[in-house]
Amino acid sequence: MKSKLLSFPYILCMIFLVIIPLLLIGYYSIIDFDGNLTLNNFSQVFEPMFLRIIWRSIRLAVISTAICFVIGYPIAYILASRDFVKKSFLLFLFIVPMWMNFLLRTYAWLTILENNGIVNTIFRALGFDGFQLLYTEGAVVLGMVYNYLPFMVLPIYTVLTKMDNSLLEASADLGANRRKTFTKVVFPLSIPGVASGVTMVFMPSVTTFVISNLLGGADFLLIGNLIEQQFFRANNWYFGAALAVVMIVIILVCNTFVTLFDKNDDNEREAKRKHEKA
Amino acid sequence: MKKLKSIYLALILFFLYAPIVVLVVFSFNASRSRGVWAGFTLDWYRALFRDTRIMRALYNTLLVGVLSALISTVIGTMAAIGINNMGRKSRRLIMNITNIPVFNPDVVIGVSLMLLYVTIFSIFRRGELGFITLLIAHISFSIPYIILSVLPKLRRLNKSLFEAAIDLGAKPAYAFFKVILPEISPGILTGMILAFTMSIDDFLVSFFTTGPESDTLSVVVFSMARRGVNPSINALSTLMLLVVLILLFIINLRDKKRLTE
Repeated sequence: MKSKLLSFPYILCMIFLVIIPLLLIGYYSIIDFDGNLTLNNFSQVFEPMFLRIIWRSIRLAVISTAICFVIGYPIAYILASRDFVKKSFLLFLFIVPMWMNFLLRTYAWLTILENNGIVNTIFRALGFDGFQLLYTEGAVVLGMVYNYLPFMVLPIYTVLTKMDNSLLEASADLGANRRKTFTKVVFPLSIPGVASGVTMVFMPSVTTFVISNLLGGADFLLIGNLIEQQFFRANNWYFGAALAVVMIVIILVCNTFVTLFDKNDDNEREAKRKHEKA
Repeated sequence: MKKLKSIYLALILFFLYAPIVVLVVFSFNASRSRGVWAGFTLDWYRALFRDTRIMRALYNTLLVGVLSALISTVIGTMAAIGINNMGRKSRRLIMNITNIPVFNPDVVIGVSLMLLYVTIFSIFRRGELGFITLLIAHISFSIPYIILSVLPKLRRLNKSLFEAAIDLGAKPAYAFFKVILPEISPGILTGMILAFTMSIDDFLVSFFTTGPESDTLSVVVFSMARRGVNPSINALSTLMLLVVLILLFIINLRDKKRLTE
């Protein structure tokens, strides 16, 4: 009975350091410089200039997520298949870069992409003109894919390795070829993994600040950079808070999307358990 | 077909490792311009150790990492025990709140805490962003990871063990340290390592909640990288990578040992 009190310090922490700060964001987003209630901060969000930045954040995140899926699904599939003996070592190789500081991993690309960087040096040695690689949309997408690719691979890999092999055998016995087995059995069953991979890549991509700042340059704004700018340079905290609310909404929508898939999964598991009991 | 798969995996691994290799190789490059190799040097490492700003940031980073991991481990473990004894409804409510910092984007965590601090400062008309605000911020985002790694261990714990200890005359506190703690300590350790890594790895929350006197390593690296490539950062990255690899090696050895046992 008494042990419930043990969580008291934690509950205090959460109230003061999570809930109240979030409410403060909400509060700041609906007041102006004089402290009067206003919705102007939100109507400012819908001005074309800012709407374009939000749209760009979403577009680049979608592109990066799509690329991660296209590259990552085959990786997960190959790793989960029994073709390689040292499977766990291979998986380990995919995880090691994630242990390196995120900032440094992004920084590493500066050396490669900058005007006097390796890629351009190679191009020049081959007789081509150097070209602008850094501070472009492409560089930002590359940074996102590089940093978040493992987030796509791991959940899909987990789902694929847990898959019941007898399902594949059954499919083959019933006359399906390998491609049909993949499209009709393997892929549909791996969708929960794909869904969590998609969210785990999309969410950090759409909210990123570091990647766009380092690889996109100081003038390349995504919603994360816009928020930072409002707090540190434009000094319009109220608009910054409104933008943070918009970001929270995007994340919540994204989260609902993934729980939808998870729920299906849970229901299936529930059904399976009931079936086994019967 | 298998050959094709090998080539594909090799390409991806090349993509993942090439930037890291470049980073390491160019930390030994005598030329400041990165395109060309101008001979081997250790100058950048010397410059790194002489840079007082970086050394102070390293100290701050480690101090915040250790302190926030320790404090959040104590608060988090206590919380996990409390949550484990709660009814279904309140447990679900608290776990939903626990998940907020896990899903919340770093920018939002940073901004929200900064607003909190500034509001408090303006109420009391004193205080400024610095080491304490940084530490509190790191504790707040670390605790959920402790809870999420301790709670599953508690769930699997056999409740009668604790009751047996009480029946045999142990005081609750004694029973806790002798019976429950040894059982859940792997979860606590995992959580603590996780909290330490999260703290060391964090950039954005620190960026918003720290003052100029208490920069962390990632804040310094960011402000340096913003101005372009700097070979000292390469040297720093190489050292950090080395530490990570040694850590991974130790963890792997421990796992192997446990497996053979």
